[in-house]
Amino acid sequence: MSLHSLGGAASPGPAARAAGTAAARALTRVWLFVVLFLIWWFWSAGSKSLYFPPLSSILKALWTQWVTGPARAELGSSLEHLVVGYVIAGLVGIGIGALLWSLRYLRDATSPYIYFLYVLPAPVLVPAAMTLFGIGFTMKVVLIAFAALWPTLLNTLDGMRGVDQVKLDTSRVLGVSPLGSVFRVVLPAAAPQIVAGLRNSLQVAIILMVVSEWEASSDGIGYYIVNAQQSFDYVGMWSGIIVLAIIGTVANVLFVIAENRALHWHYGARAVEGTR
Amino acid sequence: MNEVKPEVTTAEDEAAGVPVVSLRQVRKVYPGAAGPKVALQDITFDVARGEFACVVGPSGAGKTTLLRILAGLAQPTSGAALFEGTPLRSVPPGIGVVFQDYGRSLYPWLTVARNVELPLRVRGLQRTERAQRVAEVLASVGLPDAGRSYPWQLSGGMQQRVAIARSLAYRPDLLLMDEPFASVDAQTRFELEDLILRVRQEFGVTVVFVTHDIDEAVYLADRVIAVSKSPGVVTEIVDITLTRPRDQIATKADPAFARYREHLLGMVMKR
Repeated sequence: MSLHSLGGAASPGPAARAAGTAAARALTRVWLFVVLFLIWWFWSAGSKSLYFPPLSSILKALWTQWVTGPARAELGSSLEHLVVGYVIAGLVGIGIGALLWSLRYLRDATSPYIYFLYVLPAPVLVPAAMTLFGIGFTMKVVLIAFAALWPTLLNTLDGMRGVDQVKLDTSRVLGVSPLGSVFRVVLPAAAPQIVAGLRNSLQVAIILMVVSEWEASSDGIGYYIVNAQQSFDYVGMWSGIIVLAIIGTVANVLFVIAENRALHWHYGARAVEGTR
Repeated sequence: MNEVKPEVTTAEDEAAGVPVVSLRQVRKVYPGAAGPKVALQDITFDVARGEFACVVGPSGAGKTTLLRILAGLAQPTSGAALFEGTPLRSVPPGIGVVFQDYGRSLYPWLTVARNVELPLRVRGLQRTERAQRVAEVLASVGLPDAGRSYPWQLSGGMQQRVAIARSLAYRPDLLLMDEPFASVDAQTRFELEDLILRVRQEFGVTVVFVTHDIDEAVYLADRVIAVSKSPGVVTEIVDITLTRPRDQIATKADPAFARYREHLLGMVMKR
């Protein structure tokens, strides 16, 4: 490939075709949602059942409760737990992963326990966390951070162990210090795997955000949903579930945007490899 | 090979008397599951300042091990490896290495310019000087406009040029090259051979070039050091007195070229 072919202007033909396929792809992703939405809307319209409220009233509750109403505070408190817990999980996961990578003895000594903790379903720790930290902010953040830690930690360790020896030799030859090479070579080289770990951690963090609010909590989306269900407010319960789905979706979209920015070189290189 | 010039008066001349590379009975043994494996049995040679030395030998002759020892990346089991008179215990700042596999050696997350800049950055050079040096070495290897590209956007030959530029950016005294042109096509290979002869002149760098290709070794070298396969020993050192500058067509048509080639090939085949 020559340098000149990289940024060359495409002729209108392929560009128009690309726009066409992009529209077709968007349509593929949207039509099913529209169909399901309409089915739910018309099927539930006029429903008198307490357990199966009309979609129109759920959406109204979504607006009056979560956008303009009192549930905004629950949303804010849940998101606060999620963000703080997840950031701690990410930083500690990468930090401990890097430490275990650099200290072989520590790695060998701790590896059975790390897998033991990794396979432990984190929701069962809710009662223990309540005993230790009460039912407030600390308990939720600790629980989210603890549960979300493992995927990032293990992927960091794995990614760093897989860094090509030639890349490490090169950094020594270029005069990069051992600590410098961790930041300049090992972390970027392991970044694709670390990011995959962070993505799993995000999902675990969202689950634990809700689960930590189910029991003996006085705030949060999880608390709101359980409370609504127990007081026969099924409209409110459904609106909370939809809010959770939206949070999950938005968090994932933000993650993918950040990932594509941070790892654009990785996807670029992989695409080139595929064509060679 | 290691002549002391008659007018040894200045410090620079004094330095010129000390070989850049000095190997003395270097032996390298790797522990293995099926008993220890001798990669290098007994390697002794010097490389003088400004010299272009080619180490040639078949696959499995421990050439890469030898290069790692010369770079300070590996220690000999016994014997001594010296760089400018000092034993190599780690990688000294005055050595540049070009590895065979540019795809593994260049950092894909950095642009070409940032790759070349990395050794200058860790040496604490100021921004303007870094930019100037990067532009200078990229121009020297014929890639003046590639700085903003990523390595993986370039062809194989261009990537190896970037690797060469990066190892020259900090102006090393010694450039080590481990079969650097083994993974590019023949045409590109000839271009890169001429490129390395030119930049070696331009930067006044001593070169140790490892290859399995006898033609390449004879074409490039002032001296060819032939090593044999398991165990690795130096079988012969041949001075190449072909005229410089060398030319892909004229030099290779020279009857002397054919004689060197025949001699070295015969020796390698006999083993």
